[in-house]
Amino acid sequence: MMRIELVKRPQRSALFSVLSPFIAFALTMIAGAIMFALLGVNPLDAFNIYFIQPISEVWQLHELAIKAAPLILIAVGLSVCYKANIWNIGAEGQFIFGAIFGSIIPVLFPQFEGPLVIPLMLLLGMVGGALYASIPAFLKTRFSTNEILTSLMLVYVAQLFLDWLVRGPWRDPQGHGFPQTIQFGDSAVLPELMPDAGRANWGFVFALVAAVAIWLMMSRMLKGFEVRVLGSSPRAGRFAGFGLNRMVFFTFLLSGALAGLAGISEVSGAIGQLQPVISPGYGFTAIIVAFLGRLNPLGIVAAGLVLALTYLGGEAVQSALGISDKVARVFQGMLLFFVLGCDTLIHYRIRLIGVALMKPNAAKLDAAPKLEEAR
Amino acid sequence: MDITVNILLTIATAATPLLIAAIGELVVERSGVLNLGVEGMMIMGAVGGFGAGYLTGSPWIGLLAAIIVGALFSLLFAVMTLSLATNQVATGLSLTLLGLGLSGMIGTSFVGQPGVRLPNLDIPVISSIPVVGRLIFGQDPVFYISIALTAAVMWFLFRTRTGLTLRSIGDSHTSAHALGIKVFRYRYLAVIFGGACAGLAGGHLSLVYTPQWVENMSAGRGWIALALVVFASWRPWRVLAGAYIFGAVWIGQLHAQAFGIPVPSQFLSSLPYLATIVVLVLISRNKRLTMMNTPASLGQPFVPDR
Repeated sequence: MMRIELVKRPQRSALFSVLSPFIAFALTMIAGAIMFALLGVNPLDAFNIYFIQPISEVWQLHELAIKAAPLILIAVGLSVCYKANIWNIGAEGQFIFGAIFGSIIPVLFPQFEGPLVIPLMLLLGMVGGALYASIPAFLKTRFSTNEILTSLMLVYVAQLFLDWLVRGPWRDPQGHGFPQTIQFGDSAVLPELMPDAGRANWGFVFALVAAVAIWLMMSRMLKGFEVRVLGSSPRAGRFAGFGLNRMVFFTFLLSGALAGLAGISEVSGAIGQLQPVISPGYGFTAIIVAFLGRLNPLGIVAAGLVLALTYLGGEAVQSALGISDKVARVFQGMLLFFVLGCDTLIHYRIRLIGVALMKPNAAKLDAAPKLEEAR
Repeated sequence: MDITVNILLTIATAATPLLIAAIGELVVERSGVLNLGVEGMMIMGAVGGFGAGYLTGSPWIGLLAAIIVGALFSLLFAVMTLSLATNQVATGLSLTLLGLGLSGMIGTSFVGQPGVRLPNLDIPVISSIPVVGRLIFGQDPVFYISIALTAAVMWFLFRTRTGLTLRSIGDSHTSAHALGIKVFRYRYLAVIFGGACAGLAGGHLSLVYTPQWVENMSAGRGWIALALVVFASWRPWRVLAGAYIFGAVWIGQLHAQAFGIPVPSQFLSSLPYLATIVVLVLISRNKRLTMMNTPASLGQPFVPDR
């Protein structure tokens, strides 16, 4: 029988705060190898197909960027929330509403063309995401309703609302009854970065810009300091004159706008129309990205690429080995688990104690000097 | 009359998984731990229960498997949040994400397979008494378990010394620890109990409610169960009432869809989720009620100074 005991470090370990994502990744690999072996696949072959092959050619790197863009955009916003100890877990819904708002122009006013269309769509997307995020923020500040539960419930509502739109009022009349809107016109499609090399679009650039901007805000500006103070000690924040309610709105609107931007970028760039399902769970996977990136915007860029690879790898093993692409979700879940576990090492030393080996007398002897010390 | 009885029966069937999962989570939260992984444990229970039932042909083995799978899955959460003192919100979320992924992967081969269903209770003569017979003596076994469980938890929390100790840990783990109470032992057992309940609730979904495996078949019920605990301000009998209100909403929207009410079905389907938000707002407006009943150390990690 083993017992785990945590011993608080005098200060946070710089070594482990760098190492912990890597240890977590290694542990995920080991667990993944066991999982593949249980599924009857040679783990080395599976890893090759899962992690190496999907990024071995240039066009595939473009696919990686397409998947990473929404993850990074959303996660960067969420990291500010989580730093402030505010739990927006409904980014998936804000993503969807951003996509819906941004699509108003190409779906309802397809005759409107020109260089203004894209900026307007992006703006509307951010407004849509922010508006949808303002609901849990309002309920939390006005009625102190738990934002975890409300923001999550709104995800289901958003999914159903999108489903209704594309099957009902927004359905393409010439679409042979398929539940989808009309294809966006040329001026409503987010341009590709390097059309000759692959499909990656401006969404990835938005993600990088957002990451750098938020990093500057968090590390160089008063607002970032406010977020950190309120997150670690609301009481201290109050003494400093930082309003908690204002912070709730700020973080929700910011993360909602970024999720909305991700939504419209995805629809306008990668899909080209609205469909009943426009996201393979980006809003939830972004939570993992935020934590794997240690809630640091620059770390999140790296983490976003890793998680994007798990999506591509999932598709690859499905077509090559006939394993369900749900394997991607399993990898993502395990990764978050191990990251959270490894983060303990930053603040604590872990001591394993063999309970069965310790005789009662020995325990007493052990306790005695401590009493002395206490006196 | 028959229609009324049928509707009441379906409401009970819809309310049962919510009730069981919420009662389990209530015990967990009373011990001061917030496990947001209910949805994940539930869906794991559903796939485990269906799988075991499908492979052995016995729904009872399925039900047992659902409980065990739920409990084992919650153990993962317990080790992380209790022994490694990780953030409970984030760990609970990851439990849900992992559960949804893992169940989808395990369940791939179960999609479209015929399941086994737990038979309803059928006592000769008594069960065929009009109205009362079927309502009280003719339901599925898990219904009776859910009611008994609620009563047992009520009795345990408020009428036994161990229950009092558990609540005291939830209110102040530091004081409880100083009094020599084994905080970790209580919390481990509470979390595992919550997991077993969520697993049982999942088993009810795939062995009674719709005896088949559908991906994501828990459809947010785990989250609604979490909301129910807040709604009930951590009191078992209010969880019972809340679960039946939500069961009624759930069934009500299904019937409305079947009757062809001229409202898009998607709007009706979103009613349970909207109702959850409304109910949460109503209950949390009353700050005094919430403040007084929320376990004071809920969600806070505990690392004793030794």
